[in-house]
Amino acid sequence: MRTHRSARLRRATEIVAFSLLGAAMFVGLLALGVILYYIISRGSGAVTWEFLTAFPRRGMTAGGIYPALVGSFYLTVGALAVALPLALGAAIFLVEYAREGVWVRVIRIGVNTLAGVPSIVFGLLGLALFVKALGIGVSLLAGALTLGLLILPLLIRTTEEALRSVPRNFREGGLALGATRWRTIRSIVLPAGLPGILTGIVLSLSRAIGETAPIMFTAAAFFTPRLPSSPLDEVMALPYHIFVMATESPNAWKTKDLQYGAVLVLVGLVLVLNLGAILLRAHARRRKVW
Amino acid sequence: MNAGSPDTTEIVRHRSRLARLAERADRPIFFAFGLVGLVALGVILFFVIREALPIFRYVSPLEFLGPKWYPTSEPPVFGALPMIVATMLVTLGALVLALPLGFAAAGFVAEVVPPAIRDLAKSLLELLAAIPSVVYGFFGLTVLAPFVQRAFGLPTGQNALTASVILAFMALPTVASLAEDALSAVPKAHREASLALGASRWETTWRVVFPSAFSGLFGAAVLGMGRAVGETMAVLMVAGNSPALTWSFLRPVRTLTAGIALEMAEAPQGGAHYHALFMLGAILLFIALLTNGLAEWLCGRVTRRGE
Repeated sequence: MRTHRSARLRRATEIVAFSLLGAAMFVGLLALGVILYYIISRGSGAVTWEFLTAFPRRGMTAGGIYPALVGSFYLTVGALAVALPLALGAAIFLVEYAREGVWVRVIRIGVNTLAGVPSIVFGLLGLALFVKALGIGVSLLAGALTLGLLILPLLIRTTEEALRSVPRNFREGGLALGATRWRTIRSIVLPAGLPGILTGIVLSLSRAIGETAPIMFTAAAFFTPRLPSSPLDEVMALPYHIFVMATESPNAWKTKDLQYGAVLVLVGLVLVLNLGAILLRAHARRRKVW
Repeated sequence: MNAGSPDTTEIVRHRSRLARLAERADRPIFFAFGLVGLVALGVILFFVIREALPIFRYVSPLEFLGPKWYPTSEPPVFGALPMIVATMLVTLGALVLALPLGFAAAGFVAEVVPPAIRDLAKSLLELLAAIPSVVYGFFGLTVLAPFVQRAFGLPTGQNALTASVILAFMALPTVASLAEDALSAVPKAHREASLALGASRWETTWRVVFPSAFSGLFGAAVLGMGRAVGETMAVLMVAGNSPALTWSFLRPVRTLTAGIALEMAEAPQGGAHYHALFMLGAILLFIALLTNGLAEWLCGRVTRRGE
């Protein structure tokens, strides 16, 4: 009788405990849902074609976000242009050339540490190195370089993972045909790993487009009357635009609708990129029938 | 080769000497690429510290840890203690929320749900991590801060508590994802042995899986802490930014990151204030190196699967 009751007690404990674990997961997902619902319901009214294609007007209390969108696009693509060649090279070294040992361990720790450096410190580096020491000034170029360094570790890790998922015998096939190692990598390994590499690129773009702290001192302008005409111009950027509108504008409450609209556009871009990455990853996994 | 392209041998013959040299020098070239992460880290250390050290021409290191921060008064006072305390306060608050939630969510995903739901849950958590910090800040400013203000009857809802809650949700995906990796890395045989001895699944999870994954869980906590310490925009927007020293969660505070972001625009380049802000950055960098080193050491035994 006693054992019977204790068995029921244990069963009940298990149900309660697992429910609590599930509740924790639910809280996280609820937060995601609440934030998304709030932003979509408040912002969807503000996002019109005009909002996306017009300059801000009347001291940024009316008009659209066109220059901020364009600036963010340039910054993000520029960051990728900076980081991608470096990340590809680093990942190729780690997967194709390095043998497990002290060097690889040190390099990996370096990449992980770089990923843990706070984004504002990247901003400081950008200010000290690109803006000041190299004399580039506050500009699109300085911002892109800073953001490029920021996404570098993420891009190295995702590319490394993509290359690692290419089966070993692909390489052996190439080498057996007499191709050099580099030729094998270029013609066989990189194409086979392409979906995975693209996943990493898309995730990096999504990371770069939302970052504010690294571009505050290196690239972002409160307002520019024109689109940037050279890489040495200051640019507006969507996340910085949101920050400024929400905090620094003396009449922040007047522009509430514009703010919700800008936030919705930023979140929308990030979500689209992330969904793209999820689909790409699924595609990369499905193709793996080799 | 598709039909329209020239013969392969033709390409090989016309390839420049440089390309042929590169073909043979591939190993050293890629080794140099491999070092790029380390070089970037070195450059960051060098430039931040180089711009930070001159502050000690104006104040002693001990004075820099003083309790008052009046960078623009005459003469200026650079005591970073209020911002260090604020960072600790906000981080502590965030961890108190994020660790139980993150570990529990990780336990749920790793031990309870079937694999199909597991992937979906992890993807959704990734989305939570993908939301830009300025958006969290915006949400905190427009929704959470007014709520906290009303709930506690405060003059402002922008304080350490609000910042902690926002930070907790920002650190949650990091903590949960790394904790899940740690739990999943516990060998299946451990669980089977426990179940075979008559333990229930919960008893196995609680008494076997969690303790076995201790070092990995601790590593997840440390990295979550690193995230919270280094977060800028959300804290800048919701923590209230008062530079006065306080230990209260219900007062406005200014963290190290927020201090840098807020004041850099006003600090004349090359002046004492400018160097002081870089010193705050150097402190952040030091904390980041410490937390990452610790996490690296703790997670050393955990097989790192895809992130």
